[in-house]
Amino acid sequence: MTEKLLTKHFGTENLFRIDVYLKLNGYQSARKAVLEMMPEEILNEVKAANLRGRGGAGFPAGVKWAFIPKDVQKPKYLCVNADEGEPGTFKDRYIMNHNPHLLLEGIIIASFCVGINTAFIYIRGEYEMVAKRLEQAIAEAYANGFLGKKVFGSDFHLEVIVHRGAGAYICGEETALLESIEGKPGNPRLKPPFPASIGLFKCPTVVNNVETLSNMPFIIAFGAEKFRRLGLQNDGGTRIFSVSGKVKEPGIYELPTGISLREIIFNHAGGIQEGKRLKAVIPGGISAPILKADEIDIHMDFDLLIEAKSMLGSAAIIVIDEDTSILDVLKIITTFYSHESCGKCSPCRIGNSWIHKIVMRIKEGKGEKDDIENIIRLASNMVGKTLCPLGDAAGMAILTIMEKFMKEIESCIEN
Amino acid sequence: MIPGLSEKAKNKIKEIIARYPQKQAAILPVLRLVKEELGFIDHEAEKFTAALFDVHPIRVREIVTFYSMLNQSQLGKYHIQVCSNLSCSIMGAQTLIEYLSQKLGIKPGGTTKDKKFTLSTVECLGACEKAPCMMINFEYYGNLTREKIDDILNRLE
Repeated sequence: MTEKLLTKHFGTENLFRIDVYLKLNGYQSARKAVLEMMPEEILNEVKAANLRGRGGAGFPAGVKWAFIPKDVQKPKYLCVNADEGEPGTFKDRYIMNHNPHLLLEGIIIASFCVGINTAFIYIRGEYEMVAKRLEQAIAEAYANGFLGKKVFGSDFHLEVIVHRGAGAYICGEETALLESIEGKPGNPRLKPPFPASIGLFKCPTVVNNVETLSNMPFIIAFGAEKFRRLGLQNDGGTRIFSVSGKVKEPGIYELPTGISLREIIFNHAGGIQEGKRLKAVIPGGISAPILKADEIDIHMDFDLLIEAKSMLGSAAIIVIDEDTSILDVLKIITTFYSHESCGKCSPCRIGNSWIHKIVMRIKEGKGEKDDIENIIRLASNMVGKTLCPLGDAAGMAILTIMEKFMKEIESCIEN
Repeated sequence: MIPGLSEKAKNKIKEIIARYPQKQAAILPVLRLVKEELGFIDHEAEKFTAALFDVHPIRVREIVTFYSMLNQSQLGKYHIQVCSNLSCSIMGAQTLIEYLSQKLGIKPGGTTKDKKFTLSTVECLGACEKAPCMMINFEYYGNLTREKIDDILNRLE
């Protein structure tokens, strides 16, 4: 049985209420961090835990915190990325809905460690009910003296503000998210400078995913070594996999990092519905290049998936069976990217829109001989030529489908 | 002040602005509030917001046209948003969208004549474990079938 650190108490009734959470030793880690530990000590522990960011990029959380300059006079900010827009991903919704105080505890630990007095939780606009739950949890934490002027009676003060998005996938990209909080359209910024030096309101800013921060209470309570031992050495802990598509039991599964993709699909999510055959899997949200059925004996590790020319991303697994047409998959992916491209970079804006038009024409039965060549050319022209990863992701996802399912697409054009 | 905004909303706007360390960060929350109050954001509301934040109206227009939830025209009483992304489509969302379209007599993007329903397709709603899913106003409905949709719509006044 796998040890669960994030979803362990999800079955407890009313876990979202602070009194219930406190009975389960809630807020002990944040209290310990603020009252008994030095920021440097916390930082070393988080670094040693080898916790890699759970939003998609997998950047080590401790290293990210260490990038924040120490001797600046400006305020520093924490922005919690709760935008969860990557198609196929729904794990953060579960954390915030079931256990909002776990996230708040992580926020307190991170803020105290980095020296932050204002944290924003940027939550996607559609999660209205979840945002309300968070606001309620925050109010409870203030009332208990865990947030506000004197956190746990110390000199440390921390304000937490829930900031709701308004429907834009790109705002999950960290610099677009910052623009959005600043009251602008969510257009990504050119990096460098990175948010750690020039972030929100031109101040040093940490941007962390909900799941990433929710791991902090465990790391503080039980130490980096135990955390590392739960998963991979270079990517400690567990991960919440969001599994959807044609599996018998779609849902969230908290499992050790590095577990095999086959095991998740067949042992945990019950295998394919109606005894059908597996055709393909998208292993890390729609941005992750597709894997064929014979490529799923792979460990869900950031580095191994990069080697396999895909990515672990947000660990959202979308399972595609033999009945699903790959042209339909391509249609949905290109519809998505042409709609969600913010329009700032031409290769992404124009490339996605043209690829989408070509795919729609093929779908209508009017495919032409050079369509495949054109799609590949347009997609290749996006990769590495845009400010943010959206263009790369779109290009790679489309190119991989073309490469791995060329025959099926060809037959769609011929027929 | 913008016509049609309740006293409560006006106070709420002050509250929102006071919450942020930088005033401009309150633009999006204020626009969301205005939308909730008036149902949509028209040019008047844009101008009002611009004046409130001391920015040029075009800045507000940019924001309104960028975010899909800041609609610029009146929607039906019930806004049905069906996810058309991958997990939902694999599970049959497309046929449900066609079914809803037929049932309500409107295409996605349209509003029924009695202003009761607006039908939209949206990108991933973050509820893929319950695919196919939809949102009506802010309520989520998952594992949809035609029968379930009939049942849900029948219960809406």
